Amino acid sequence: MEPTVSFFSGFAPKDLLFLGEAALRTMWISVLSISIGTVLGVIFGWILYEGKWAAALTVAPILDVFRSVPLIIQLVLFYNFAPIVGLNLDPFASGVVILTIYTASLVANVARGGIEAVQPSMRRAARSLGMSYWQDLRHVVLPIGGRAVFPAWVGVALGVMKDSALVSVLGYVELLKASQILITRTQEPFLILTLAGAFYFALSYPISRYAASLERKWAQ
Amino acid sequence: MFDYNFHWRPVMKSLPDLLEAALLTLQVAVLAMILGIIIGLCLALIRLNMRGPLRWIASTWVELARNTPALFQLFFFGFGLGAFGLHLSPYMIVLAGLTFNCAGYLAENFRGGFQAVPDTQIRASRSLGMTAWQAYTRIVIPQVFRIVYHPITNQMVWAVLMSSLGMLVGFRELSGETQFFASRTFRIFEYFAVTAVIYYVIVKLILGASRLLATRLFRY
Repeated sequence: MEPTVSFFSGFAPKDLLFLGEAALRTMWISVLSISIGTVLGVIFGWILYEGKWAAALTVAPILDVFRSVPLIIQLVLFYNFAPIVGLNLDPFASGVVILTIYTASLVANVARGGIEAVQPSMRRAARSLGMSYWQDLRHVVLPIGGRAVFPAWVGVALGVMKDSALVSVLGYVELLKASQILITRTQEPFLILTLAGAFYFALSYPISRYAASLERKWAQ
Repeated sequence: MFDYNFHWRPVMKSLPDLLEAALLTLQVAVLAMILGIIIGLCLALIRLNMRGPLRWIASTWVELARNTPALFQLFFFGFGLGAFGLHLSPYMIVLAGLTFNCAGYLAENFRGGFQAVPDTQIRASRSLGMTAWQAYTRIVIPQVFRIVYHPITNQMVWAVLMSSLGMLVGFRELSGETQFFASRTFRIFEYFAVTAVIYYVIVKLILGASRLLATRLFRY
């Protein structure tokens, strides 16, 4: 670091680049955890639906824990637990693991709701037309149930995107952490926080509006 | 693989402090919820019944609360307001942030609740000689309350979980206290594991109490 006269320096254009990079990191960690978490969550949701009481005694309580403990505690706990069992994970990997499980625990309920939203008579009709169990899941349950819970899933995904800000507690420089660093240097909290907030808003608002309009369209 | 020695003794010794901090967590969450319900109700009514700048403010509040991370909102009340020379105490930061967030989410729930009660009921009660106030408090609100009861319970759980962000703004509630002890003893995993259990118990207690209350309140 070069010696400077003043400890603080103003907000410079290159700081925008710094924020932009951090925003990309926020997107990257969110997209990664949401996509893996959704796949896992759908599988868990199917297990919850088909497993009946066996799943209710095993999978459900475990998923419930991830919904009942603050994400920030989960992150710190996992980040400090991994070395104990000999895993050396960087903040990004730890963040992805926990965000993925967290997403999966939320999506599991959504997915189960989706399967339950398909009328049993419809599924029996599909089976009696000669479809196999998996064909029934793929061609009947997925389109109908998926449509029923798509808005709920969008809500979960956006929630995880916003919660990814918490990975900053492990030292991963995503958008909010980056703005915190800039605030410390430039002493211009209002401007920088507004920029960071505007980014989240610009990402989340159109998607939630789109999901809401889809919901209205499908409800008709 | 397992050459880590767990030391639970320091955690057990500071357990009374942690439980006291848990009460602080509950206190902030409950206060934020009470304020959030009042403000959220106002926001919902404004968005449903008014035009002009007040409606615009209410909509902006709701959309900002729902589309930006809770941590961002806390930071905003933390250092963002500092730009205007307004310095809140950590307690006030968390309370203001949680209230802002809860009010935004609850407003949407209330709006959905109000829209679920048909207009004809208000007209019917008005034509029976009730004043507008009576129609609202005796006909509409009880029905809305029934609809939003579960969302309010969920929001209460969220408020408790969200209050853990206080750790990042220097508030010594359950998470902040845990971090304080953990960084003093370097028993990070043990401390956060116990805290996770405490959060889990709190959430279960809230859900249990809510269920009990629901059976008392909603007897047909």
